[in-house]
Amino acid sequence: MNGPARPVARIAGVTQRYGHVIALDDVSIEIPAGCMVGFIGPDGVGKSTLLSLIAGSRQIQSGSVLVLDGDMANAAHRSRICSRIAYMPQGLGKNLYADLSVRENIEFFGRLFGQSRSERDDRVGDLLESTGLAPFSDRPAKKLSGGMRQKLGLCCCLIHDPDLLILDEPTTGVDPLSRRQFWVLIDRMRSRSQGMSVLVATAYMEEAERFEWLVAMNAGKVIGTGSPTELKAKAGAATLEEAFIALLPVEERGDHKALHVPPRHIGEGEPIIVARDLTCRFGDFTAVDRVSFTIERGEIFGFLGSNGSGKTTTMKMLTGLLAPTLGEALLFGKRLEPGDMSSRYRVGYMSQSFSLYTELTVRQNLELHARLYNLPADKAKARISELIAWFGLADYLDQQASDLPLGIRQRLSLAVAIVHEPEILILDEPTSGVDPLARDRFWEALIDLSRRQDVTIFVSTHFMNEAERCDRISLMDSGRVLATGTPAQLVKSRGAATLEDAFIGYLEEATGTGASATKPLAPTSQTVRRPRSAIEAHSGFSPRRLLAYTIREALELLRDPIRLGFSLFGTTLLMLVFGFGVSTDVNNLSFAVLDHDQSTESRAYLEELRGSSYFTEKPPLADYGVLENRMRSGNIRAAVEIPAGFGRDIKRGRPAWVGAWVDGAMPFRAETIRGYLQAMHALYLTDPAVITTVPTAPFPADIELRFKYNQDFDSIYAMVPANISLLLAIFPAILMALAIVREKELGSITNLYATPVTRFEFLIGKQLPYVGVALANFTLMFLLAIFVFQVPLKGSFTALLLGVLIYVIAMTAYGMLISAFTRTQIAALFGAAILTVLPATQFAGMMTPVSSLGGGAQILGRAFPMTYFVPISVGAFTKGLGFLALTPDLAALAVFVPVLTLMNVLLLRKQER
Amino acid sequence: MRKLANIYWLGVKELRSFLHDYVLLGLVVYSFSLAVVIQARSNSQELHNGSIAIVDEDRSELSRRIAHAFMPPLFQPPQMIAERDIVPMMDKGRYTFVVDIPANFEQDVLGGRRPGLQIDVDATAMVQAGLGSGYAQSIITTEITDFLSNSEGVPLSPVNLDVLISFNPNITTAWFTSVMGIINSVTMLAIILSGAAIVREREHGTMDHLLVMPLTPFEIAMSKIWANGLVIAVAVGLSLYLVVRLILGVPIAGSIPLFMAGVVIYLFFATAIGIFLGTVARSMPQLGLLFMLVFLPMNMLSGSNTPLESMPPWLATAMQVSPSTHFVSFAQSILYRGAGLDVVWPEFLAVAGIGGLFFGLAILRFRSVTAQGS
Repeated sequence: MNGPARPVARIAGVTQRYGHVIALDDVSIEIPAGCMVGFIGPDGVGKSTLLSLIAGSRQIQSGSVLVLDGDMANAAHRSRICSRIAYMPQGLGKNLYADLSVRENIEFFGRLFGQSRSERDDRVGDLLESTGLAPFSDRPAKKLSGGMRQKLGLCCCLIHDPDLLILDEPTTGVDPLSRRQFWVLIDRMRSRSQGMSVLVATAYMEEAERFEWLVAMNAGKVIGTGSPTELKAKAGAATLEEAFIALLPVEERGDHKALHVPPRHIGEGEPIIVARDLTCRFGDFTAVDRVSFTIERGEIFGFLGSNGSGKTTTMKMLTGLLAPTLGEALLFGKRLEPGDMSSRYRVGYMSQSFSLYTELTVRQNLELHARLYNLPADKAKARISELIAWFGLADYLDQQASDLPLGIRQRLSLAVAIVHEPEILILDEPTSGVDPLARDRFWEALIDLSRRQDVTIFVSTHFMNEAERCDRISLMDSGRVLATGTPAQLVKSRGAATLEDAFIGYLEEATGTGASATKPLAPTSQTVRRPRSAIEAHSGFSPRRLLAYTIREALELLRDPIRLGFSLFGTTLLMLVFGFGVSTDVNNLSFAVLDHDQSTESRAYLEELRGSSYFTEKPPLADYGVLENRMRSGNIRAAVEIPAGFGRDIKRGRPAWVGAWVDGAMPFRAETIRGYLQAMHALYLTDPAVITTVPTAPFPADIELRFKYNQDFDSIYAMVPANISLLLAIFPAILMALAIVREKELGSITNLYATPVTRFEFLIGKQLPYVGVALANFTLMFLLAIFVFQVPLKGSFTALLLGVLIYVIAMTAYGMLISAFTRTQIAALFGAAILTVLPATQFAGMMTPVSSLGGGAQILGRAFPMTYFVPISVGAFTKGLGFLALTPDLAALAVFVPVLTLMNVLLLRKQER
Repeated sequence: MRKLANIYWLGVKELRSFLHDYVLLGLVVYSFSLAVVIQARSNSQELHNGSIAIVDEDRSELSRRIAHAFMPPLFQPPQMIAERDIVPMMDKGRYTFVVDIPANFEQDVLGGRRPGLQIDVDATAMVQAGLGSGYAQSIITTEITDFLSNSEGVPLSPVNLDVLISFNPNITTAWFTSVMGIINSVTMLAIILSGAAIVREREHGTMDHLLVMPLTPFEIAMSKIWANGLVIAVAVGLSLYLVVRLILGVPIAGSIPLFMAGVVIYLFFATAIGIFLGTVARSMPQLGLLFMLVFLPMNMLSGSNTPLESMPPWLATAMQVSPSTHFVSFAQSILYRGAGLDVVWPEFLAVAGIGGLFFGLAILRFRSVTAQGS
């Protein structure tokens, strides 16, 4: 803050729209460099959008964004400065990988910034030490508490010593102790890296007090900038919160006033909710550890604690969703039984994620819940209009829940939860992510329910000012209740000034980690600021960044034994089944005879049929009616009729006739049966053993069929290599499609947007582990083919191996292509299934050569890599071909790789829209 | 009564969400229209456009006649190649059939010396090789016989065989492949839609919400079954009338209402197993893998691709446990053979029974599912 430094970011005339919603409306500001800048304002006012624009992870729609002396619309500038920026997106640990350990997460980011092993080890050790995460370095991120996760996120951001650190609501959902430690950490990092600019969005006004410069935002506009003191002075307000409200346009200020909680009239004394030693374990992890409390009628009971402290699990046990491992829960004095419907009519529940059906409108959501609680139609109507009026939902009735602002959505959630007038209301972090004004309105409703309607409310929160409004609260940490009492009692017993201080006191006492945050930094890091490993960060292609994704994806796969097991052995299992089952050798065909003649001659004719190994005979037919019935029911596939007078005709030298009926329901089978019958008939005519007829003269030419490559015409030799092709088409494509879309859906795709990794490195890096899995699949299937099915490899192994390698690369790239068009995992799964199973089983030459297929099928077949691999697989196994003969197919297959890869790179965005 | 109302309203909700997902809707429309047409017109189950070459070392009237007898649609127009090309061309898979007519063939035939004629068949192209070799043999036989008897009718043998194909006299494969295409789409859709519906409710936290309401797992599962089943049943009905009958012109012998009744019973099974898988899988990738493991065998071994008669008996027996086998079987009985309820009821019963089993398992798993939620 010494001297007029050049601004770190200059934003001019920026407008961003998502559909109809305007997220940023002609915003122009200059953000000073080298200081701590806070962005404050309610949810959905455009803070996150603005930060992601500055971070370069979102595409600019209109206006200009200059960051670190360059235009962020310019891709070259972005990639140049990318390694000087660190961006932590909103949402706890959204850019982290839950299955990876603390150390692995940080190392991943180190690789993304092109750090060598020694540099990385040095930095990781340093960061773990200074954040107090060192003892937990091997713990998976998903098992970290909210506060630790946040610290880990910060480590990942700081691994490359950024000049500009962008944190989007880094402390939302974190307990006060962790929050305090977090800010201490940030201060120390700043003192260590002189001149680092930090941009922070926050919903906590008390946090904003500590920032040097503030940007207040509302409805996509900047409504004020300046230091906290300046802002307060300008508005003439004592606190920032009041100052912010004063800055709002008049019509939005509403009738905001401090919330008053009327005292509860105590007296009934009957406990409504009782928890006794509730314990819940998942495997070796104890989520809730001997929690006990009682809640009385009409009481507002608060559960205070960070994410992952066991609040949600406790609430789930009280609603009957989870059975406690130990202990018991009583509602209305009765033990909770899983199948007990009557108590459910008396309880309302609102889960953390606003359990609304987002595709339904406001009205539909209300009506659905009224119906499911079996409210009579007239009563339901009255109740719904009452709720609509009370919660001010009238303007939104026909809007979809997904389109509602967060505050309205949360009110609708509450309305839905109390539609059946429950006596108990269980609310799991109902205000998380909602701005202060909306939170106050929500609490008004809760207080009204409690005080006027005697509803017992059990609510969890991590906001201190909300906790202060509760009649009593329990402080939770790591599954245990630290203390229970009225807010005033707790403050007093700790001798603290505020509830927050009291909570921190309890936390420090419980965990004994109070000192960790103030541990001195390692001496090396305090003084020396290492040169950034900038060589690789700038260059176009970095094998190290590519490898970062490969290592990470492989680790994730290894950590999910079910997914790994299925993807390794699923193909093996199916190969076994298909090897036996998918065959074109038609045997065991059932037939029956209708012999009107019953003569020596007719029996001689039928003997030829009965001797065939293709047919099995069923009981003979009595008449046409039976014949028709049994054909119709599928009991027999063919019927042979010998008319009366058959023997007589033969004896007299007159041409005799035999009739055969074949079930035409399955054309392939019908054709095959017809062929068998005709062959058998021809055999009969020339069979010297048949003494009833004079054998006919041999045919004037000897037509000889030679089945090449497969003398016995046994389909296993064609089907086993084809099955390998089929399974290597479907599994890699689906796994790959899901792997990419998963990042989109779970949010870790941000790391592609905000780090120097290129699209090419990202895609190939993610592809390699699946290519590896597919090669392992191939090895297993190859062994099955040789040893179980005894299909020998007659041709070139090298060509087959090379073909497999190219093929699985092409198929994983095909899966990626599908993922480019889908945004949810469901759509990816469905799309990948439809777009691989049909071409693979029908149009890729598995049963029928592609050149013989009709129109559309042939086009689909030609555009599918498997079409070119089937000849390689069959050629190498059964045809015994060498490398040279397989070269054309190898070349055709190889064309897919660059084409698909290029399409994938072009279709993937480096920035969010 | 209250149960029914709950099931009804939950199902209506399910329908509303489904109709809102345009990508899903588009994929459903595709798989019951375009995909069915492409499969029906693919000729993948018959001899069609078989690639053939002829090595003519005779260059006689008879050899020319034989060459000309191979005609579309069964065969592509034959290519004339030299004998030394046989091996490389067949290695490349360029030709499935090569007819080798030796020198002096015509003379030897006329002289009664029974010359040899070879048909090389690529025995790795199973469907084509199997059907085509028979056709090739009979085409050549007919040509030689005609040539000898100077185009007069073939004299009758002492015994003659007359083969009639019932239910599909010309063996038009589109009749078969179109309906089998529908059947495969039904299985795929029903399992994915219902399975994903469960996983999605869990991911969005709405499953918890349903389970704290006065609703039983039975009602929740039932609502998904009827809603997803209805969507697919309607799609099947439309596809049968519009695509199969109108566009593809397939005559349907049997009762469509009876078939639709079978479809509904099958959908009960398929959605039930989808829900079961949805309760087993912890994430979408796991559901995807489970789906593949269940769907691929059900699809490939049901008798809709290769005949059940081609499987080893133990596997054919094992596949009786899979309702898809019964579905394919009764679809063929009803639609092509015109069978009535008196014939197909045991299969209806089997499908319903297995469906009931998976439905029961899904309900049992339902509660433990939420335990994994946190």
